[in-house]
Amino acid sequence: MLELAIKGSKRYYGWMAVLLGLAGIGFLVYLKQLDFGLGITGMNRDVTWGFYIANFTFLVGVAAGGVMVVLPYYLHDYKAYGKVTILGEFLAIASVVMCITFILVDLGQPMRVMNVLLYPTPNSVLFWDTIVLNGYLFLNLIIGWNVLEAERQGVHYQSWLKPLIYISIPWAVSIHTVTAYLYCGLPGRGFWLTAILAPRFLSSAFASGPALLILLCLVIRRVTNYDPGWKQIQSLAVTVAYAICINVFFLLCEVFVAFYSQIPEHMDHLKYLFVGLHGHGAYVPWMWASMTLMVIGIILLVNPVTRKNELTLIAACLCVFFGCWIDKGLGMISGGFVPNPLHEVNEYIPTPLEGLITIGVYALGFFVLSILFKIAVSVKEEVRA
Amino acid sequence: MDTSRRRILQLLGLSAAALAAPPVFNALAKEAAAPAAEPKIGPGNEALKAKQWAMVIDTRKFKSEADVEPLVEACHTIHNVPHFDFKRWEIKWLWATEYQHAFSGTTSTRFIPDAVAHRPFLVLCNHCENPPCVRACPTQATFKRESDGIVMMDFHRCIGCRFCMAACPFGARSFNYRDPRPFIKETNQRFPTRMKGVVEKCSFCVERLAEGKMPACVEASGGKLTFGDLFDEGSEVRKLIQTNFTIRRKVNLGTEPSVYYIV
Repeated sequence: MLELAIKGSKRYYGWMAVLLGLAGIGFLVYLKQLDFGLGITGMNRDVTWGFYIANFTFLVGVAAGGVMVVLPYYLHDYKAYGKVTILGEFLAIASVVMCITFILVDLGQPMRVMNVLLYPTPNSVLFWDTIVLNGYLFLNLIIGWNVLEAERQGVHYQSWLKPLIYISIPWAVSIHTVTAYLYCGLPGRGFWLTAILAPRFLSSAFASGPALLILLCLVIRRVTNYDPGWKQIQSLAVTVAYAICINVFFLLCEVFVAFYSQIPEHMDHLKYLFVGLHGHGAYVPWMWASMTLMVIGIILLVNPVTRKNELTLIAACLCVFFGCWIDKGLGMISGGFVPNPLHEVNEYIPTPLEGLITIGVYALGFFVLSILFKIAVSVKEEVRA
Repeated sequence: MDTSRRRILQLLGLSAAALAAPPVFNALAKEAAAPAAEPKIGPGNEALKAKQWAMVIDTRKFKSEADVEPLVEACHTIHNVPHFDFKRWEIKWLWATEYQHAFSGTTSTRFIPDAVAHRPFLVLCNHCENPPCVRACPTQATFKRESDGIVMMDFHRCIGCRFCMAACPFGARSFNYRDPRPFIKETNQRFPTRMKGVVEKCSFCVERLAEGKMPACVEASGGKLTFGDLFDEGSEVRKLIQTNFTIRRKVNLGTEPSVYYIV
């Protein structure tokens, strides 16, 4: 099927060239980082995880979000999703590829990464994260590829895939649960020390993942001869509506616990993010933008009139996607480190260089995504014809 | 057919002989060789031993920065800790901070005596009995030494993921954001320098304890710091803890820090 990825229009090739160019720039800057060290980033002694880990965390969510089409299709036999399931699985693959790349570019000594497998350490959550992320990548590759191949041949997919499909559903939940456990099990980090962190991650995952999928489906409708279907998009929109409501509800739960208990360790991080602390507040406008975007997203998605209108649906999905991205990416990671354990405020501002590397990783991910979607769409067009 | 079968048998025989030969030769060689002293790595005879090393800091004896500087200097010089003017790349193993920062979240910091509020408080790795950094490390590059409870770092195994830094509730760890070597004033050849991309922190001077010496800061403190075995009833540190009111940083987190402060 891979041959389908290299037979494309001029527009397709142009798009791929742009992505490769961006990935190439990112790679060159990464070489600089490899040579100099992580000192080219804005990270410091207090905020030791930055933009890379923030985007990693967000994209684990997008990857897990794919289960929102896989589950109804395979578990509830919701036939309509037959048209988009493969897209959800392939989006998950591309997201996990970006996640793993983000982890790699964040390491101080990337050439030693195999130490994680050479010295397996079950008490470290990062060890488990390595396992679940790679497992999820391979599960989706095997399932997605074989099911699509079978569809192309006009046969039912192999029966041995069924157990893998069932496993992939809780596995999707596991990747984001384990990713939340990276943070929420650390003593002395009041912002993350909350049992609701994994559920919160999952709710924002099930909002932002399907929101991106809706946008991608709309793009596919426009630029190819394959239609993932308006009904499918509408079902996804309902999923996004529920998930974003739950996400905001969970966030309000956090705010209540922190501010009603008045425990400083829990309040201070939220204060830093939303109103600033000790005169530092670089994230304040971002966090309010995030809240505004999510609220607009809720209004547009819950209201059936705006949900069923393509233009307002696009706006809603963009709001949800970027609202979650700011909240979970920027705020969640940086907010946990400020103030530091000695209650000092040292802010983190990403540098342009780490921005370029980040764009490079996204370009790589969208390159993989474009290849996979090209194949999927070509097969669907072929089968229909 | 016959010849080929014979050749295969011959080859099999030769292979078996080749496999069996090295151990035989080695055994013979060992017997023949003169009894040479094999190099051994480990603590010397004078090495100091303990079940759990601990430190008592008598903060009453620290009046100003001038009391702190020699200790920090001793530590950072011996351990090749680089000096950066750029704060983001800062590396520190031992440093002084104010009471309100050292004990943030631990004790009341309001209406305290001026003397306490302005006294420098030394902070360093607490070598916790239950260290969260060790729990978090995915490669066991940071580990708690069974024999004496020191939380150590293997600079050669560390992948630089900085999970330990997120896990440490005391901000005791530093990361090499760039090659530290050009920023070391005078390299101590008896202690390793680090490379970019790894985490480092105070090691309670394991390398000095192995030679029977007290940690560098303790030695430089002139009695302001006391170091000893927490689980030896007769040790200096135990006596100090028993006869003085001491506090530790963030005991509520359950990590059991091994650095005690007399305030």
